This record gives sequence, C-alpha cells and structure tokens, in this order.
Amino acid sequence: MTDATGHTPADTLPSGDDVVVSFRGVHKWFGDFHVLRDINMIVGRGEKVVVCGPSGSGKSTMIRCINRLEEHQEGSVIVDGEELTDDRRAIEAVRRRVGMVFQQFNLFPHLSVVENLTMAPIYVHGTPEDEAEARAMELLERVKIPEQAWKYPGQLSGGQQQRVAIARALMLQPKVMLFDEPTSALDPEMITEVLDVMVELAEGGMTMIVVTHEMGFARRVADLMVFMDEGEIVEAASPADFFENPVSDRTKLFLSQILTH
Amino acid sequence: MTTRPTISRALPGTSTRRPPPVRESGAPAWIRKNLFGDLHNTVITLLVLWALFVTVPGLFGWAVLDAVWVTDDPQDCRAAAGACWAVVAEKHRVMLFGTFPYEQHWRGVLVIGLIIAMSIVSTFKRFWSYGLFGAWVATVAIVLVLQLGGVFGLAKTGTHEWGGLPLTLIMFVGTVVGGLPLAVLLALGRRSTMPAIKALCVGMIEITRGVPLITVLFMASLMFPLFVPEQLTVDKVLRAQIGMILFFGAYGAEVVRGGLQAIPRGQYEAADAAGLAYWQKTNRIILPQALRIVIPALMNDIIRAFKNTTFVSIIGLFDVLGATATALEDPLWVLYAPEAYIFIFVLYFCFCFSMSKYSEHVERDLATGRNF
Repeated sequence: MTDATGHTPADTLPSGDDVVVSFRGVHKWFGDFHVLRDINMIVGRGEKVVVCGPSGSGKSTMIRCINRLEEHQEGSVIVDGEELTDDRRAIEAVRRRVGMVFQQFNLFPHLSVVENLTMAPIYVHGTPEDEAEARAMELLERVKIPEQAWKYPGQLSGGQQQRVAIARALMLQPKVMLFDEPTSALDPEMITEVLDVMVELAEGGMTMIVVTHEMGFARRVADLMVFMDEGEIVEAASPADFFENPVSDRTKLFLSQILTH
Repeated sequence: MTTRPTISRALPGTSTRRPPPVRESGAPAWIRKNLFGDLHNTVITLLVLWALFVTVPGLFGWAVLDAVWVTDDPQDCRAAAGACWAVVAEKHRVMLFGTFPYEQHWRGVLVIGLIIAMSIVSTFKRFWSYGLFGAWVATVAIVLVLQLGGVFGLAKTGTHEWGGLPLTLIMFVGTVVGGLPLAVLLALGRRSTMPAIKALCVGMIEITRGVPLITVLFMASLMFPLFVPEQLTVDKVLRAQIGMILFFGAYGAEVVRGGLQAIPRGQYEAADAAGLAYWQKTNRIILPQALRIVIPALMNDIIRAFKNTTFVSIIGLFDVLGATATALEDPLWVLYAPEAYIFIFVLYFCFCFSMSKYSEHVERDLATGRNF
C-alpha cells in the first residue's frame, strides 16, 4: 500500500535478516523544534539509499541517529538486529558495525594517515598492530593514496583527506557505511576522485546511506532515492521514478533548483 | 549587465618565472632603516644612546671595576666604592641550603644536581618513555632519602630542617608533577555530563581560584591541623605541597579546559563513530590535541609555580629566597643585601628563562609539518 506521496505505512515495511537499518515511527526534537517527524525507512543488505533535501530538512540528523551521534526520542532505530537505546553496550556494538564519513572529514590531525586508520581496530577490537597496519595499507591502496600513508592529514588535499576518511571507516569492516555530505566541503576538481571511490565501494556490494546533492552519483548507484523536507520523508522512489516522474510538488521544486545549473 | 560596452579588460601574462628582486640587507642597512629611518626614529635613537652613555659606565664601575669579589671581612667592602659580591661567597651556604645541617650540605648539592639533571634529560623527546617515568620515580625516592636521612647511615634530618634551593626545587617539581594530572582531571570533570562530578570540580576550581595562594597556604599550615585529631598530624612541608598542588591544579584546569573547548565537535564525533570508549577517546584523540594547544599557557603557569614557591616562607619554610633573607640578618653583612638579592634574581631568571625558551622550542617542534 502506497499513499500519494510515496509513503509506506510502517507495518508493511519488510523485516528480517536482509534488513540492515530500520527506522520505525522515529521522532526527534531539538528543544521545541520537531526536527524528525515520523521517519519510516528500511535499508536492505547491499543496497544504496541516497537521501537528499534542502538544508535543515533533517537528513543529516536522520543518518546520525543510525550510530547514535544523535538520540531519537520516539520510535525505534534498529541496526543489524541491535536496537539503539540508552544502553552503552548496544551503542558500542552498533558503532562497531557502522562506518561514517563526515562532511568535514574529521581526521585526527595529530596522527599520521596510518595511525588514523589503525586507531579503532587496535583499541576497539584489539587487532595486533602489524595486522591492522597491513589492512590499512591495503585500504589506502584501494582509495588510491598508498604513498600518503605516513603523512599527516594537514599535508593532504581535501579530496585525499576524504579518501583517507573513507578508508578509516572501512577498517572495521562495517555492515553499513554512512556518508554525510561527503563532497560538500571539497573543491570542484576533487569531488570526482571521492565519488569514484564511493562508486567502486557501491559496486563492491557495500550497504550505503548517502546524504548528497550529487545527482549524477545518485542516478548511477542508488537503489532508492529519499527526499526529505521539514523533518519528514516527502518522497521515496527508485532513481528512475524519482528523477523522471516526481510526485510531490516539493520534490519537483527541489529537483528544478538543483538541476538548473 | 549594463548596456554600454564592457570596459573591464585583462591581459595574458608575458613574463617567465624569475627570483624575487634583491633587497638591501646586512647590519648597516638594518640600522639605517630601523634606527635612523625618519626624524622620530633618529631623535629617539639619539636619546637612548645618551641615556646609555650616562648610566652604563657608572653601573659597570659599580658592578665590576670597583667591586669587591672575595673577602671575609665586611670592612673591605665598606672601604670600596663598588659592589660587594663577597657577600654571596660568604653567605652562599645559608642562602642555598637554609637551616639544613652544615655538614650535610653535600646531600643538598646532590638533590639540586639530580633534579636539574633529570629536568634537562626530560626535555629531550627521544627520552620520553616509560623508562623516563621510572627514572623520575627513582629520583623522587633518592631525593627523599637524601633529604630525610635516617637510613644508610645518613643523619636524620626532619622536614623542619629543609630549606634553600633543594626545598624550592622539591616544591616546584612536586607542584607540577602533582598539579598537571589534577588540572587535566578537573578540566575533564568540569565538562562531565554527570552532575555530581561536574559540581565537585566546579566547586574545587572556583573556591581555590577565589582565594590568594597565601590563604591556601595558611589554611594548609595553620587551620588544617585544628580540624584533625592530634595523632593525625600531616607534615608541614607536605601540607604546603598539597596546597600548592591544589592551587596549580585549579588554574591549570581552566587552561586545559580552554584547550578542550578548542577541539572541534567533529573530533569527538569521529572518535564516537569509530566506537572508541570515553577514556580511549579522551587519551588518544582529545587530550593530545588539547594539551598541544595549551602548552604556552601551561608553561606560563609552570613558570609561575616556580616563583610561587617563594610564598612558603610566609608559613615558616625557608625556600631559597626566604633563606637569603635570613642570611642577611647578620648585622655585619646586612648592608650588602642588594648584591645578595641580585644573585638570587639571576638564579631565578636562569631557571625561568630556560623554561620559557624550552616552551618556545616545544611549540615550534609541534607546529612543524602539522597543519592545525
């Protein structure tokens, strides 16, 4: 059953082992401001969901609820079978399975690239140092900057830093990767190198939730497009439907604004 | 867009790469530019030169040419027109070791040497390891043995006999070593989300910062014993030491808090997202960055802690300055107090200036190649 805006009522959403992330009736407030309103969404294993919407629409807040950087107040968020509550153990268990890439990279500036990558495996998982380092080199190879391994983040370009951040998030072999506007802070000539890495990751079968305005990327990899405005999901559809036949006026307006230039 | 023809123009460049134009350099050029650059500078330069001409020869004559360097008779000084440096030679034992028994001064020399040597060793990054930490623990033990005596055939010397430079250095090292961790803990506690811990830390910081150090020392030395049973007397030096640690910790905490606040939220979030637990995040991500930012300010507090050791003379402990004041009570030499105090001035300056220089070096070292 689908209503006019493409919403699926929560009880008809599928569940089971193939679901990696599920939001059911999630609400959140910042003070009195209702920032997330009745979010219902599930993300299947290996699938890619691209979330877009105007700034302030709650899209970043939503994906930050997945690893509890933000707390939701109502409804349930379940990640890989683990429900997020106040329980520290559940939160830590979820964080170990979720990789996140931020708009501002957030690399640790006092640590070398390799140390940035090996920090979590060594101290969270107890991986032996040489093993973690070998895996770090492997991932840096994959994001195409092995030669930067012993530099510090401040010596790298924005695009290189973001690729390091992606490699860092991959170190724990996450079940799902979250991208919070990964190219918004980059100069235009560096966006492609980051998107290339993300496309490769998508093709490798990683489950991904990506907040972005890069519509070319979205068309190429997304299984599901989600459009948010004013804290709610306005429209959710396959890329073909979303771009060719948007239903809601708000979606149409948004698409016309970002596709004009 | 305007309707008239566009007048904005730009031309493609025609020059090849070349080095920058040569600038005048060297001492004559510097002097011409900075000292005699215009009328103002010239007038000020001449005035300063005149002032130096008037004062320097007299000062030099007093301090060097006419000075008495060595004598054990104050009459010789009275006869001379210049400074009486002999007072330092005559009184240096009391100035440097206070009331410590005369024949045991060699132990004080060892303490001074040991602490200074360990401090110098600790400034080299290549020695930063658990070994160095162990060496400091051993140093503290040796210093205590040397100062207290009573073992290995050393004469027993109670803390009431401690004094002079060894006391100054012990109080200083103790304050910094005890105060820095306290400062970090208080700063973290003040930002804690747990209300009880936060209130406790805010209370400690604000109460300690709200009173002068002298008051803290008076509290520690005079009032504290009134509140505890007589059997439970804590040693006076230790009480003063604890007071100074609290004082340093409270001020240091605010400095460290400044550093913690300067760390962008993204660093906390990245550490959280990676699954690091609170202490892992704090020790490996947040503190290394925060402390780096506050090194200059902390160094300022550390230098101040060195000078604050002089306050212990108020509660009847004789640090190097207090001991000097005592030494100068000798009526035969009391006239030459300025010379003795100049010596102490130089002594303090050497310690503080080297710390200041070291702080500059650390800052430069940390800044290289790391762009933040």
